[in-house]
Amino acid sequence: MRALTRKGLRDLWRLRSQAAAVALVAAVGVANLVMSRATLESLEASRSRYYREYAFADVFADLKRAPEQVAQELRRIAGVAVADTRIVAPGRARIAGFDDPIRIQALSAPEPGGLHLNRLHLRSGRAAEPGERDALVVSDAFADAHGLRAGDAMTVVLHGRSQSFRIVGIGATPEFVAQLSPQAVFPDPRRFAVVWLPRRALEAATDMDGAFNSVAIALQPGARRETVLAAVDLALAGYGGVGAIGREDQRSHRYLDEEFRQLRTMARLFPAVFLGVSAFVLYIVLGRLVGGQREQIGTLKAFGYGDGEIWRHYAGLALAIGSAGAVLGLALGMQLGSLLAGLYREFYRLPYLDFVLSPGVVWLAVLASVGSALLGAAVPVLRAARLPPAEAMRPEAPTSWRRRTTGARSLVRVSQAHRLILRNLLRHPLRATMTWAGLALGVSVMMMGRFQDDAIDYLIERQYERAERYDLSVAFVEPAAPRALDELAALPGVRAVEPQRAVPVRVRYRAADKRTVLIGLAPDAQLRRTLDAAGKPVPPALHGVLLTGFLARLLGARPGDTIELETLEGRRRVLYLPLAGLVDEPFGVQAYLPLATLDRALGEGPRRDAALLSADAAAMPRLIAELDRRPGVAATGRRRESVRNFYDSMARTILTFTLIATAFGAVITAGVVYSSARAALSERARDLASLRVLGFTSAEVGYLLLGELALLTVLALPLGFALGHGLVALLVLGYDSELMRIPHYVSASTYGIAGLTALTTAVLTGGLVWRRVQRLDLIGVLKARD
Amino acid sequence: MPLESTTSAEVFRATGLSKSYRMGEVIVPALRGVDLSLRRGELIVLLGPSGSGKSTLLNILGGLDVPTDGEVWYCDHRLHGADERELTQFRREHVGFVFQFYNLLPSLTALENVALVTEIARDPMAPRDALALVGLEQRCDHFPSQLSGGEQQRVAIARAIAKRPDVLLCDEPTGALDAATGVRVLDALDSVNRRLGTTTLIITHNADIARMAHRVLQLGDGRIVSETRNPTRARALELRW
Repeated sequence: MRALTRKGLRDLWRLRSQAAAVALVAAVGVANLVMSRATLESLEASRSRYYREYAFADVFADLKRAPEQVAQELRRIAGVAVADTRIVAPGRARIAGFDDPIRIQALSAPEPGGLHLNRLHLRSGRAAEPGERDALVVSDAFADAHGLRAGDAMTVVLHGRSQSFRIVGIGATPEFVAQLSPQAVFPDPRRFAVVWLPRRALEAATDMDGAFNSVAIALQPGARRETVLAAVDLALAGYGGVGAIGREDQRSHRYLDEEFRQLRTMARLFPAVFLGVSAFVLYIVLGRLVGGQREQIGTLKAFGYGDGEIWRHYAGLALAIGSAGAVLGLALGMQLGSLLAGLYREFYRLPYLDFVLSPGVVWLAVLASVGSALLGAAVPVLRAARLPPAEAMRPEAPTSWRRRTTGARSLVRVSQAHRLILRNLLRHPLRATMTWAGLALGVSVMMMGRFQDDAIDYLIERQYERAERYDLSVAFVEPAAPRALDELAALPGVRAVEPQRAVPVRVRYRAADKRTVLIGLAPDAQLRRTLDAAGKPVPPALHGVLLTGFLARLLGARPGDTIELETLEGRRRVLYLPLAGLVDEPFGVQAYLPLATLDRALGEGPRRDAALLSADAAAMPRLIAELDRRPGVAATGRRRESVRNFYDSMARTILTFTLIATAFGAVITAGVVYSSARAALSERARDLASLRVLGFTSAEVGYLLLGELALLTVLALPLGFALGHGLVALLVLGYDSELMRIPHYVSASTYGIAGLTALTTAVLTGGLVWRRVQRLDLIGVLKARD
Repeated sequence: MPLESTTSAEVFRATGLSKSYRMGEVIVPALRGVDLSLRRGELIVLLGPSGSGKSTLLNILGGLDVPTDGEVWYCDHRLHGADERELTQFRREHVGFVFQFYNLLPSLTALENVALVTEIARDPMAPRDALALVGLEQRCDHFPSQLSGGEQQRVAIARAIAKRPDVLLCDEPTGALDAATGVRVLDALDSVNRRLGTTTLIITHNADIARMAHRVLQLGDGRIVSETRNPTRARALELRW
């Protein structure tokens, strides 16, 4: 082995703790990239497989009612491969030991034989036999949330009729990967279930003998979907069709798409941030490390080693550290990736998870880690190599000493120790700045980790304390006359009742359009308020339509512009209304009109399809039981509980993310502190030992060494908070979708936790170096000069 | 003993050599027009107080630094205005250095420190032989931190001579050593000069050492202020200070 190679290996061993700190920081960046990409790719691959194996339909169409023969008409449409008719009915359910209202969506299970779409994936039990009248399959998320098993009983209320069923199987279809009720923003597995009944049983329960009210269609390869959608619409127009939709508008699919889009944004954003941070830290740390070998570089040059040989030598060191970081990061990233993907799999109800990590990501990770290590080493090596060897062998000369120090001295009257610390900082302003920035990045990453929690708290407060203030929502089976609300108001415990009407609608502005829901509210509504960006109520305007701000941006419409609203239910109407204002709300996209305007527009006289109730908490169980008995009530909902439940289910994912980000931030802080302190110690060991010889205590000497870092760490907090806000802004941008927007809000406790964690990490890491200062070999250090 | 220098070829020739350094905002002149000629096999001692420009002159002759002004030749190699690659090649093929603080690589053993140089030399001696020349064959596997100052300096000399350089440039080789140890180190240099005929330039503060030289140059304030020839060279072991 060549002497120079041997030197490299011994140097690496001698610097192992610093090298390990650097490799860890690099690993953090790589792990984040691998984790994000692996999570996303695994989820996407698993969803695709599920769709393929269980024949997820391409087109869905709901209608009022059509005789089964119409299906033949649909099957004759050019481009349609399979048209699978079924019955879909909303309803309620009861299970023993759970008092909250449960909404269900009942679907007819496919008859045996023939090609069927959206096939059931059974997790346990079996499918219901066609002849069975009282057997059903229930969705897995609901079954899990309540611990239900095959054989358990469940009461189902459809069209006001209550009927007892036995659960024979637990499963789901690709249509319900995300199991959301039609109106919900989030999955609520405790209060929403999908049930699959034998077709005959559902026909009987919903008076749909020989008829269907929903169809799922698979397209032939190469078929033009838009043409098929139009043909299906035409075929179903006479049967109360509400417009066929493609897969991308299907609820579960769209929900997952949005989630995946967010994940994809995160998978780009976070690794870029983390890799950037670790490259930066690597640059600082390796820079100091190689900077410390200036004299050795000079010596090698004096003996005729060329710049190329010297560069290759240090590149080897960087390569070793970078590769260690890459390998460690890959391993860690795959672990975390499969952990996160597992959490998401549970959350999105995917039946299985294929762990995928594309080679491209692995290469990118290795390149990023090794590249930033090489870059980190390159600058100081090139700088040292550029110097004439005679100069490189001398310690760096302090330059322009006097001017800078007098500046510092005039600022404050400081003790000698503090003056030394200040001078050291001022002597290497660039290095001090880089270290400061590295420490700040650690703080900012920790701050970003905690932010989601803050944002969600804020969001819940905003939406569910201030905008939606009802206790209970009641959906009617059929739109009812306003006096139905008077009956509700008379129920015991009810304090106030407000009406609501919602119809599916297509909103258009110029070339842009969006299918969404048009909500009619009472102008003086208090239980469901529309708020502007400042949190002030903007009641639905008589002369125009209110749109969710995000929807208006999506359409490119501004207040005053004329918006086209095409209702997609009953007799279709087209309204042209000016955009009267924007509603700032975190979830979904909606359009709002005053109830009276909506009634007039629909031309059906006043109709209400839901009521919002304010009620005494104590009266709630009786109230729910009472509502449950009414045949006209399709469903009741306690929205606030649903949301709380949703976040309970998200909590583990968010906590995992927060912990990972905090750990990453701490590793970055520790990496910077440890490697800077060790580099400073080896640079200044002689000075410090001299001071010890002069009578300084080891504590005083330790303070001289670490005081600089302590000062930088404290100064890094404000910068870290500012950078953290930058990262939060990026996150907010990444989350922005029609499903959900998160506010840019950081709580005081997040500042506190990020700051304290950074300080604690710095102190603990500094402690490791402090111990080395205590063990400083006075005589040895003073004698040796290498 | 006849002075070979009068008959042998000129190795180094410098005329009007000047060098100034920029220290922050101040320009410090280190050499102010030095004329110099060194002949093959000569042992030259360069005396002078701190800051007189000794090290600067040695660095320029060794291709570690370049002059601001003037000319310097090694045989037919032009060193002034040479680029980094040419200087590296020059150092690699012709020069051996010995520094005041040894500049051994701490992570390599004595033998490996020598091998570091022999590995890139054209016709080196075996590292072990070089160490034997300075009497350290028993200490091959010791790291610099396990050697005394004198031993470290002898390793540095072994490292410098192992590649059989044409010139040996020594910057205060005994500066960090006590008298007895210093004498041993000088003896090593002396014997290399006598046995291998290596042109040797030694910088020192110590006027006593001058007695072992063929020629003594006295530097002051960036100029050569005097030049003396020793009619007889003292053996290194005869020196006392």
